[in-house]
Amino acid sequence: MAIFVNSETRLIVQGMTGRSGTFYTDESMRYGTTCVGGVRPGKGGARHLGLPLFNTVREAVDATGANASLVIVPAPQAGAAMIEAIEAGIGTVVCVTERVPQHDMSRVKQALAGTDTVLIGPNSQGILTPEQCKIGVMPTGNAKPGHIGIASRSASLTSEILAQCSTAGLGQSTTVGIGGDTLHGVGFVECLKAFRDDPETEAVVLIGEIGGRAEEEAAAYLDSVDYGKPVVALVVGRHAPRGRRMGHAGTLSVLGGGTAADKIARLRAAGVEIAAHADDVVAAVARATAKAPQKAAAR
Amino acid sequence: MNIHEYQAKALLRSYGAPVSEGRVVLRGEEAKTAAGALDGPVWVVKAQIHAGGRGKGKFKEAGAGEKGGVRIAKSVNEAAEEAKRMLGRTLVTHQTGPAGKQVNRIYIEDGSSIARELYLALLIDRQTSRISFVCSTEGGMDIEEVAAETPEKILSFAVDPATGYMPFHGRRIAFALGLTGGQIKQCVSLMGILYRAFVEKDMEMLEINPLIVTTSGDLMVLDAKLGFDGNAVYRHPDIAELRDTSEEDPKELEASKYDLNYIALDGEIGCMVNGAGLAMATMDIIKLYGAEPANFLDVGGGATKEKVTEAFKIITSDPQVKGILVNIFGGIMRCDVIAEGVVAAVKEVGLKVPLVVRLEGTNVEKGKEIINTSGLDVIAADDLKDGAQKIVKAVKG
Repeated sequence: MAIFVNSETRLIVQGMTGRSGTFYTDESMRYGTTCVGGVRPGKGGARHLGLPLFNTVREAVDATGANASLVIVPAPQAGAAMIEAIEAGIGTVVCVTERVPQHDMSRVKQALAGTDTVLIGPNSQGILTPEQCKIGVMPTGNAKPGHIGIASRSASLTSEILAQCSTAGLGQSTTVGIGGDTLHGVGFVECLKAFRDDPETEAVVLIGEIGGRAEEEAAAYLDSVDYGKPVVALVVGRHAPRGRRMGHAGTLSVLGGGTAADKIARLRAAGVEIAAHADDVVAAVARATAKAPQKAAAR
Repeated sequence: MNIHEYQAKALLRSYGAPVSEGRVVLRGEEAKTAAGALDGPVWVVKAQIHAGGRGKGKFKEAGAGEKGGVRIAKSVNEAAEEAKRMLGRTLVTHQTGPAGKQVNRIYIEDGSSIARELYLALLIDRQTSRISFVCSTEGGMDIEEVAAETPEKILSFAVDPATGYMPFHGRRIAFALGLTGGQIKQCVSLMGILYRAFVEKDMEMLEINPLIVTTSGDLMVLDAKLGFDGNAVYRHPDIAELRDTSEEDPKELEASKYDLNYIALDGEIGCMVNGAGLAMATMDIIKLYGAEPANFLDVGGGATKEKVTEAFKIITSDPQVKGILVNIFGGIMRCDVIAEGVVAAVKEVGLKVPLVVRLEGTNVEKGKEIINTSGLDVIAADDLKDGAQKIVKAVKG
């Protein structure tokens, strides 16, 4: 088991014939992801990387039974590509594209409302269930299968934390990059819910940062349920200047709030073990697990 | 991307919003003609910088006078004199930092007689992913303060994009702001205008503070701050033209040419990191060990050797930098590319401060070899913590 993607996932790639699309589709197949086709308007019927190409997402789904899509197209086309995948009923849509205009994302979110599609990204490294399915652009060398679920707003920091976890013997059930943008698909709350229902996941690590309300929403959710699994959080940007955009658009707060101190206080109050810095995550998982031995034993 | 007040007002005027008549002045000798083109009897002379708090700001130079960046004049001559006093001088506000900002443009406009000051903003709400209106009876104040102290005085709601803006949205704002009579109709019209401009021009923030009711009972836009989504400016060449690069930090501007995310800070440790999250984590850990970061710098995922070299040059151009920490966890970014870029930069511009390099991930062995055989005086670090401790020790002793 895992969340959102696993060995049953059948992937199509929107933008597969592009340079990045070609490279990362090939990487995903080498990793073992079941890729079943690509979408390239006007090239339907042709083949690329040994896979069939389709003119529309709908055709690709009908022909291949695809249940996941990787959107790897230039920013001006990314919003429409996500909406096409959502309307075709794709179960998991992963968008790695950076710099998608916010008004386009606003439309994507309206298209998403009321559907069963799980959208991951944009501006995300993607999602990885080790040794089963990679959808995205993340390195996989340090990933190991195991029982830690990771949800993160930052790709590079995920690589760092994931390597520390694997070195310490903490493999991962699934790692989800929720993306660094202001408007995005799944957030920490959706990931926490999915990890809670996943029997393979024994503890969850949230990698957060300043800006937005993802961490506050996670804390409110954890307050509202008996979560039953240890949760650890790292929140970076404690010393970032206010009112600036620290690389990720999502780090900027327009109407106040969103400081690292606020987020840490809220998460701690909700029973989350806080990693003091990026080198403290493995130790924080150990502290959190030690605090909840009876719960772990009960499962 | 931000623009000046006078540009924002011209844009909103073109959509039909009620805005005072005004003229922009770039050189002192233009001031008298500009002021003379307006009716009076009161002129408002406003320094144009991309920072708030201008009215309460102070100029560094004595020649600019005691007053702040927004001045009232009772004659054309007085307006021209005030414009000349402020041009080229440095205005410090709570948003500029202690260094302040040079005033290169002045906006002279017709004075308005104010009966009430209100607050209005549009933004993209994260929770609903929709465009939201925010309004308050407490105009002219910092909205963050109002939100913290008297949140009941703020009304905020999102507009369903399927219906778009509707007149009842405008009436809801009008009644919340206590508008009466003909002002209600003016408000319904103005909100529709602002919503349309916000959508059509890909704005991420539109703030009218204050929106005023004049003594004759009309609504008017007294100040306007517009922020555009930088990711969407490509489809608005008219907006792209309004960019004033003199408002940007020169190092940040240079970095943006190379597609680097760089933000200048006040500390002594220069940082070069791949990825925004790891860059923030690196800043945090430097601080944890007792020093201050001099910058935030994310070289990105697909950096070339040339880009890394430029990044390194930008860091070393900051005279405050007393040491440099390079922290790379290579994924897409390969360690050998980083190493080659750093070595090339040091050979070009020299190295006068301690340099700690932490490399991990893709092609790490190749990267370490490039550094080790370069003959450069580099302190190697094993991990993030080790890197931070070593650079702080090298700088602080």
